[in-house]
Amino acid sequence: MAQIRVTQLHKAFAEFTAVQDSTFTVRDGEFFCLLGPSGCGKTTTLRMIAGLELPTSGQIFLDDDDVSFKRASERDIAFVFQMFALYPHMNVRENIAFPLVSQGLPRAEIDHRVQEAARTLQITGLLDASVSGLSSGDRQRVALGRAIVRKPLAFLMDEPLGALDAEFREVMCRELRALHDRLNATTVYVTHDQTEAMSMADTIAVMNKGLIEQLGAPMDVYERPASVFVADFIGSPSMNFLPFETTIAAGAQAVNVSGATLGMPELRENVEMRKLLYGVRPEHVSFDDNSSLRGEVLGSEYLGTSQVVTVALSSGTTLRAKVDADVPATRGDQVGLRFNASAVSLFDQASGRALRTARDDAASYQRPRGYGAQHG
Amino acid sequence: MEGYCNLFTTRSRQTEEYIRTLPPATSACDSLARKNSMVVVSRSNYLPRFLNSLIIAVGSTLLPVGLGVMAAYAFSRFKVPLKDDLLFFILSTRMMPPIAVAIPIYLMYRELGLSDTRLGMILLYSAVNVSLAVWLLKGFIDEIPREYEEAAMVDGYTRLQAFRKVVLPQATTGIVATAIFCLIFAWNEYAFAVLLTSGTAQTAPPFIPIIIGEGGQDWPAVAAGTTLFLIPILVFTVLLRKHLLRGITFGAVRK
Repeated sequence: MAQIRVTQLHKAFAEFTAVQDSTFTVRDGEFFCLLGPSGCGKTTTLRMIAGLELPTSGQIFLDDDDVSFKRASERDIAFVFQMFALYPHMNVRENIAFPLVSQGLPRAEIDHRVQEAARTLQITGLLDASVSGLSSGDRQRVALGRAIVRKPLAFLMDEPLGALDAEFREVMCRELRALHDRLNATTVYVTHDQTEAMSMADTIAVMNKGLIEQLGAPMDVYERPASVFVADFIGSPSMNFLPFETTIAAGAQAVNVSGATLGMPELRENVEMRKLLYGVRPEHVSFDDNSSLRGEVLGSEYLGTSQVVTVALSSGTTLRAKVDADVPATRGDQVGLRFNASAVSLFDQASGRALRTARDDAASYQRPRGYGAQHG
Repeated sequence: MEGYCNLFTTRSRQTEEYIRTLPPATSACDSLARKNSMVVVSRSNYLPRFLNSLIIAVGSTLLPVGLGVMAAYAFSRFKVPLKDDLLFFILSTRMMPPIAVAIPIYLMYRELGLSDTRLGMILLYSAVNVSLAVWLLKGFIDEIPREYEEAAMVDGYTRLQAFRKVVLPQATTGIVATAIFCLIFAWNEYAFAVLLTSGTAQTAPPFIPIIIGEGGQDWPAVAAGTTLFLIPILVFTVLLRKHLLRGITFGAVRK
């Protein structure tokens, strides 16, 4: 297993810039997730690490070895494709053995390693089956088998669960993480599904339009989003944003948003007059009839233990509150709203950047662009 | 029966007295001929012509399919400069009837010493077949997901090895279909065969209709020759029907 270091990685396809100046390090044995909407450059980044695309500029190191322009076959990295890419003209055993055959290992050794991989994944019974008859979960396991049998320096996975049914995805999520822990394998995992990323990753890199917006542990990314994009992308339902315009000084603990005074964590920087966004997650919104901030209930989605209530403020902004299912909320009700001030984020509307507040004092995440190569 | 005898032999008419002096007939054809006051003089040219047909047809199938599969792979996977124009150019070679260029080719072949040679015929038919092969195979290779080769390349294989071990086996259906088309064209081709071959490299199609028997065209022999001529294509197609029927990726990739 190895550490993967990516510095200033840049990739352009003709006019289109897929990845811009990406710099990050995946520690040895880490489960690293590249998360973002489709077209954000996460798969391109992964393919460059694998050697299936060559970078326009920048460098990729496997431990201390600069592999930026080496062929895929010379990198000793395993890649799991979304479509599994099992060779249909070979059976399960031959598929798993395929990477070993290229190394010219003796037959007995190949058989032994294939057996071992099959045992790890509990597919020994399928070894002589044809891949075309397998269920998608078993195909996924065979694809993983082909990856682990070689004992590569790192695993790269491109949305490996994207082709699975929702219920099965959860099972495979747990299996993948357990497999990772057992092999202690450096893994780079690409997904657009935030729950997959949140539940499996040690570190998440949130990408948007070719840029890494934030790099941090799942908790950092969720609780201290570095930008409006991250705040909006992570979390379901996503964060509420209340626009306002003001000048505030470091040390402030409240702002005035459309007539109501709203609390927030102590601000750590001075802000001149400009448009800002007050961001609060739905679970930090509660109903309080004494509050001066009032709105009208537009509707509610019942989720069992909780419900998501959509409320229209007098300013026209709608926001969503995740409250207990037994809180009365019928369409047309007038409610007062209260926010959990310590869990609020402020953003600069123009740049999307988060303002520094007391919440960041203990943060271990790095801000976009200006961050260093180390983390964690 | 008489047709087949006439097809494989040449005979000459003799007098009854002469035939009676001959030793007893050694073959069925011989005795059949003697009933018609003839004797078998020698074997006919049918077998060598048939063999020419086989060699030329197989050659002008293997060569364009081999070239075509590589060209198609390149067109399908790589950034080729002027790709669309090149593909159109390849297609455009099929746009005029080949016989329109018969005279220049005849003159060219005479100059190059390729007239009436098997190599010349193979080259000519290959030139016609290769455009078909490139276009057909490109379609089949486009259907094979790139992930297969990429997986193989990540697994430690070079692109050429990945092509051989992963792409080719999956393109079998396409290769077989293309090969059958190429073979049928080269096997049946008549116009150029008449024009460019006369002796050593003559194929069966120009030979069969000119089998002359007693009193003009020997229809039984022509029928026999034609029937035999159908068999190889039939056998080839039947042998490969399994590949023709098989789906292309048969479900290993979920789309």
